[in-house]
Amino acid sequence: MATDPYLHNDNLKGRIFAALGRVTNAWGGVAVQGILTLGDISLFTFQMLRWMVTARPKRETLLPNFYSVGVLSLPVVALTGTFIGMVLAIQSFHQFKSIGMETRLGAVINMSLVRELGPVLAATMLAGRVGSAMAAVIGTMRVTEQIDALISMGANPIHYLVVPRFLACVLLIPALTVMADFMGIVGGYFYSVIVLGIDHAQYLRNSRDFVGTFDLFSGVFKSFFFGAVIAIVSCYRGFHCQPGADGVGRAATAAFVQSFVMILALDIVLNLFLDAIYFAIWPSGAKLF
Amino acid sequence: MDESIVDQIVSPSSQGPRAIVETERLTVQFGRQTILKVSISIPRGQTVAIIGESGCGKTMLLKSIVGLLRPTSGRVRFDGQDINLLDDQDMTAMRKRFGFVFQNAALFDSMTIHQNVEFPLKQHGVPKGKQANRLIIDRLAEVGLPSNVMPKKPAQLSGGMRKRVGLARALILEPDLLLYDEPTTGLDPIMSDIINELMLRTRKRYPVTSIIVTHDMHSARKVADRIVMLHPFSRLKPGESQVLFDDVPEMLDKTRDRRVKQFVHGEAGERLMEMLVTKNEGDLETPNLYDSIRRNETDGE
Repeated sequence: MATDPYLHNDNLKGRIFAALGRVTNAWGGVAVQGILTLGDISLFTFQMLRWMVTARPKRETLLPNFYSVGVLSLPVVALTGTFIGMVLAIQSFHQFKSIGMETRLGAVINMSLVRELGPVLAATMLAGRVGSAMAAVIGTMRVTEQIDALISMGANPIHYLVVPRFLACVLLIPALTVMADFMGIVGGYFYSVIVLGIDHAQYLRNSRDFVGTFDLFSGVFKSFFFGAVIAIVSCYRGFHCQPGADGVGRAATAAFVQSFVMILALDIVLNLFLDAIYFAIWPSGAKLF
Repeated sequence: MDESIVDQIVSPSSQGPRAIVETERLTVQFGRQTILKVSISIPRGQTVAIIGESGCGKTMLLKSIVGLLRPTSGRVRFDGQDINLLDDQDMTAMRKRFGFVFQNAALFDSMTIHQNVEFPLKQHGVPKGKQANRLIIDRLAEVGLPSNVMPKKPAQLSGGMRKRVGLARALILEPDLLLYDEPTTGLDPIMSDIINELMLRTRKRYPVTSIIVTHDMHSARKVADRIVMLHPFSRLKPGESQVLFDDVPEMLDKTRDRRVKQFVHGEAGERLMEMLVTKNEGDLETPNLYDSIRRNETDGE
């Protein structure tokens, strides 16, 4: 039986120190592991970027990934966008109506969509659909020695597997975000105008007046980073997949969970950065009402 | 263990200037545990079977030779060049001279059989178009596969067919060195023998050096010019080499080493006892099983 190195004091003080020691030890282990993983991911990203600029990816590796990330994700992203727009209309209508400002709903729905909900929810959806699939495919290739086979035949797995996936995510997730924004705006408009009976001319005028180019830009700008983080985290998890079906399952789950957390963390940082730029350009700030 | 003794052990029957593959004190460790520590030399054109218990480092030796695994220490030389000192470009060029047949074929699931066999050609850019197609059809025919398998995906083929596609893919660039990782594992006896025959034919057709990692003694005796038996490093006696046997297959029956005999004849012997005692200590079921085995042995005496 394993002995606890901290359990040698019988008195209360000793026990408290023992408990503190255990907690410090456990959290220290987690911190060290976290730093090691971060370093490993950084090296992985660096290698990927090096391969991206030194060797052109092949057409036959790019097209299937572009098709899988872009075309096959289109229906689910469009549907998600539409529902978000409609839900925003439902949630906001009564509050806005109570202060007689329901015609401003267009501004609120569209602003929320293009700046925040469109990019974040599209990225979350794609982390689940594309990220987990990437981790599962690369993980299965690792487990069944297909990555070893690639190397043994003179191919570099980072160049062959990661670079096309990275490019597909970075270039197409922003495009899908624009699609989610558009469908959300359409969904919100139809629900507000047709179901809730808001005047469509006022709805559109308010939308146009309050949602600017910078708002649209900031959402799309963020989605480039979300795309990059989904590709890097998912491919990394696939590459470091443990053997067996359980290992592949864990890699796919970790790819989604870690991508999601990273998307939210990046969202905060990018919003602070974009706000700083916005207020540097327009010091008076934005006014909704 | 006295490392200097182990390091000096080089298989005597294999040394010579014509060696295409040489490992010098090749050591693979995981943490503090040494899995492999071996010096071996393989002359050009020879077919060597590496045998040994699971976990003795056979596959690691194979993967270290082609640079799929970076050893903890020691050298691997292919045609006189230390492969771990090569840069990416030279290593890629070197890999054109290797053919690796993986245990479960390791065919790319997303590609057709044609694309799988074509992959090394595309990777190294030779040849292209109709000439490449002709070559793919020829290689598949050499392993007994008709051209109508080409549009199929690996999942649509049987295990034996997949292994043969793996062999065709490894042969497509006519490599100098072919490495087989358990080529007959998981196949029925007839298909196993077909694979053995294909390995023999390949050798007759091309001037290739082959290293075969296998547990299949029938296959090793039939195909190999030389058999090397490795023993798990952790179970070696002090000063002992990991290579327990290194000779022609005919000498297997004349060996006096009990561990080699035990492996060749497939006898559990004291290994069962060792496993039950060390791995299931404290398990309620184990003493009964252990007792019954001991009782049977006593009855036998």
